[in-house]
Amino acid sequence: MKLSRRELLTGLAAAGAAAAVPSPAEARDRKVAEAGSVGMLYDSTLCIGCRACVVKCKEANQLPQDRATLNGAPYDAPPDLNGTTKNVIKLAAAGGRSAFMKSQCMHCVDPACVSVCMIGALAKNASTGIVTYDKDGCVGCRYCQVACPFNVPKFNWDKAAPQIVKCELCRHRGEPKKPGVRQIADPACCEVCPRGAVVYGKRSDLLQEAQRRLKTQPDRYEAKVYGDQDAGGTQVLYLTAKGVPFRALGLPDVGDEAAPALSESISHGIYYGMVAPVALFGAALLTIRKNRKQADEEGA
Amino acid sequence: MSHPKPTPVGGKLLTPFFGVLLLFWALGTAAGTVRFLQGLGAASAMNDGYPWGIWIAVDVVVGTALGSGGFAVALLVYILNRGKFHPLVRPALLTSALGYTAGATAIVFDVGRYWNLWKVPLAYNGRYNWTSGLLEVALCVMAYTAVLWVEISPAFLERWKEQPGPLQGLARFALPLVEKAFPVVLAFGVVLPAMHQSTLGSLFLVSVTKLHKLWHTPFLPALFLVSCVGMGYAAVVVESVFSARAFRRPLETRMLSDLAGIMAGLTAVFLGLRLVDIVLRGRLGLAFALDFHALVFWLEVALAAVAAGMLWTSRGTRDAGALLRGAFAVMAAGGLYRVDVYLTAFDPGNGWRYFPSVGEILVTLGIVAVETMVYIYIVRKYPILAGAPAPAGGRA
Ligand code: SF4
Ligand code: SF4
Ligand code: SF4
Repeated sequence: MKLSRRELLTGLAAAGAAAAVPSPAEARDRKVAEAGSVGMLYDSTLCIGCRACVVKCKEANQLPQDRATLNGAPYDAPPDLNGTTKNVIKLAAAGGRSAFMKSQCMHCVDPACVSVCMIGALAKNASTGIVTYDKDGCVGCRYCQVACPFNVPKFNWDKAAPQIVKCELCRHRGEPKKPGVRQIADPACCEVCPRGAVVYGKRSDLLQEAQRRLKTQPDRYEAKVYGDQDAGGTQVLYLTAKGVPFRALGLPDVGDEAAPALSESISHGIYYGMVAPVALFGAALLTIRKNRKQADEEGA
Repeated sequence: MSHPKPTPVGGKLLTPFFGVLLLFWALGTAAGTVRFLQGLGAASAMNDGYPWGIWIAVDVVVGTALGSGGFAVALLVYILNRGKFHPLVRPALLTSALGYTAGATAIVFDVGRYWNLWKVPLAYNGRYNWTSGLLEVALCVMAYTAVLWVEISPAFLERWKEQPGPLQGLARFALPLVEKAFPVVLAFGVVLPAMHQSTLGSLFLVSVTKLHKLWHTPFLPALFLVSCVGMGYAAVVVESVFSARAFRRPLETRMLSDLAGIMAGLTAVFLGLRLVDIVLRGRLGLAFALDFHALVFWLEVALAAVAAGMLWTSRGTRDAGALLRGAFAVMAAGGLYRVDVYLTAFDPGNGWRYFPSVGEILVTLGIVAVETMVYIYIVRKYPILAGAPAPAGGRA
C-alpha cells in the first residue's frame, strides 16, 4: 500500500484550500472617520522646538522624567517615544534645512493596533475615534507594537508589571464643564504650545484648516496634508515646510490603504462564516469514522 | 495488519545526559527568575522595534511547527488511511504534546502581563476580537494542546489500568470514554492545527510596511501550513532515529523512507508556491538586489531545494543516515523561513536591531531541556515506542 504523490497532494490541497488559501473575497470596505472624530493638527513650520508640549505631556500623564546627562548636567531629554514618553519633539534634517517634528499616536481611522489586539485592550471609541488603552485587559503580547505602522505603542521593558504606553489624546482631561470638544478630551500638549503649532479640534475642522493654509500659502508648504488619506487616514494631521518631505520628518510612505483592510480581508476570506473550518471538521470526522469502521471489519 | 505493540522502554533515568539536561533547566530557571522579577528588558534583547524575539519566533513558531508531527501523522494514518504508519502515531503525538506544551510555556515567559492570560478564552469585555489572528492562535493552541494530551492519554491510561491504586479506577472509567470520543478528538486534531499553523503566517499580513516584500504575500498562511506538515514529518523521522538508537528499538527504516518521498513532495510544493508567488507579483527583481535580504532569501531557497533533493534520492534506499540528513534539512528550511518572517525580514525602521540575549537563549534551552527530560521519563515508563523492551535499558 504505497501512497501516491497525487493522492497526497490532493489530500493536502483540500486541507490547504480550506484553511489557508485566500479566497477572492471582496476587500473590506474602507473605513471613514466618524463625524465626531477629534484629533490634532501639527504644523511643522510653526513649531520652534521649545518642547513645552513634551514636558506638559509628562506632567498631564504622570510620567517620570527621562534623564540624559549632557556635559555633566542632567536633562529631561527623551530621545524618542518610550515606556515613559507619549510625546516627543525631534529635529529632522532634509537637504540643508532642518525642521521640528512631533510624534505621538496618530489615532488612525482604521487602526492596526486595534485590529490585532486579541483582547480588545486597545479600542477605538465609536464616536470620538480616540484610540484608547485598557491595562486591565492587556496581556502584554506586544502584537500592537508589531502591527502599528508608526511604531507608536511602547512597552515598559524595565518593569515586572509592564504596560503599553501611548497617547490617548488626554481623554482623561476632558471635562463636561469645559467648552466644546474639550468636553471629550483636552490634549495638554495643545494647551501649552506657545505658537499654536499643534492644535486640538474636530478632525473635519482641522482638515479644513490645513487645506486653507495650503491654499493661502502654497509656497510655504508641501502640497499635502499627511493623514488625510495616509494609512487609511489618521486623526492627527501634519503639515510640513516646502522642501522638507514628510518622510524626512519620520512619517513613512505607508500608502493610502490601512494595513487591516488587507489582513482582515484575507482572514475574513479564509474564515468566512466559519464555513471552511466546519467543513474541514466534518470531512475529517467522516473520513476517520469510515476508515475506523473499515479497519474494524478487516480486523474481525 | 498487525504491528509490534508499544511497550515501555524501562531503564534508569539518571544518566549523564539527563544530568546535562538538568543543568540547562537550572540555567533557564535562573534567567527566567530575572525576567519575572525585573522585567523582560533585564533578561532579553527585545525592544520597542523588535517586540517579538526568539521566544515567539523559535519556541512558539518553529517549535509548534516541529510539533506538527502529531497532526502530520494523523493526516496520514487516519485521513489518508495509511495504517502501516501506525507505529509512528504514539511517539509523534507525544513529541507534539510536549512541543506544544513547551510553546505554551514560552508564551507565559514572553507576555508582559501573564496574569491576564486567563481573560483571553473568557472574552474579556464580553466579546472576542476576531479580527485578531493572535486571538485565534491563542485559543487554538490552548485547545489543541489539550487535544494532543487526550490523543496520547490512552498510553497512560492503559498503563494505569494494569497497576492497582487510585489511578486504576480513573483509568477504568476514562479509557472507554476516550476511545469512544476518539474520532471527534482526532477530527479536532486535524482542524485546529490547520487553522492556527496557517494563522501563524497570517499574523504578518498586517505588517505591510515592515515585512520585506520578498516575504510579505497573501500566501503567508498557505506557506506556513504547507511547511509545517513537512516539518512535522521531519521531526517524526528525527525522533524515531534517535529513539531507536538511544533506547535500542528496531528502526522502521522502510516506513521512514516512505515518508521521505512525502517530505520531498511537500518541500517542492512549498518552494513552487513561494517562487511562483514572487514571480507573478513582480517581485523577483528584489531577489537579485545584491543585499542582505536577497542573500537570506536565496539561502532559504537553497536549503529547501537541497532538502527536497536529498529526500527524493533517499526515497527507496532505507539509508537512515541520508534520511536523517534530509529531515534535518527540511527542519532547517522551514525553521529559517519562519525566523525570517518573524525576525530577519522584519524591519521596523529607525535603526532598530535585535539579536537574542544570553538570557533569552538560556530560557529557550531550559524549556527544551525540560521537554526532553519529560519525553525520556515518559517513554521509559509508558507504552509509547513500538517494539520489545530492551534488556539492559538504553543509553539516553
Ligand atoms: S498610530 Fe499606531 S498606536 Fe496609534 S492608532 Fe495608529 S496603529 Fe494604533
Ligand atoms: S500588548 Fe496589550 S494592548 Fe498590545 S496587542 Fe497585546 S493585549 Fe493588546
Ligand atoms: S494628547 Fe496628551 S498624551 Fe497625547 S501627546 Fe498630547 S499631551 Fe501627550
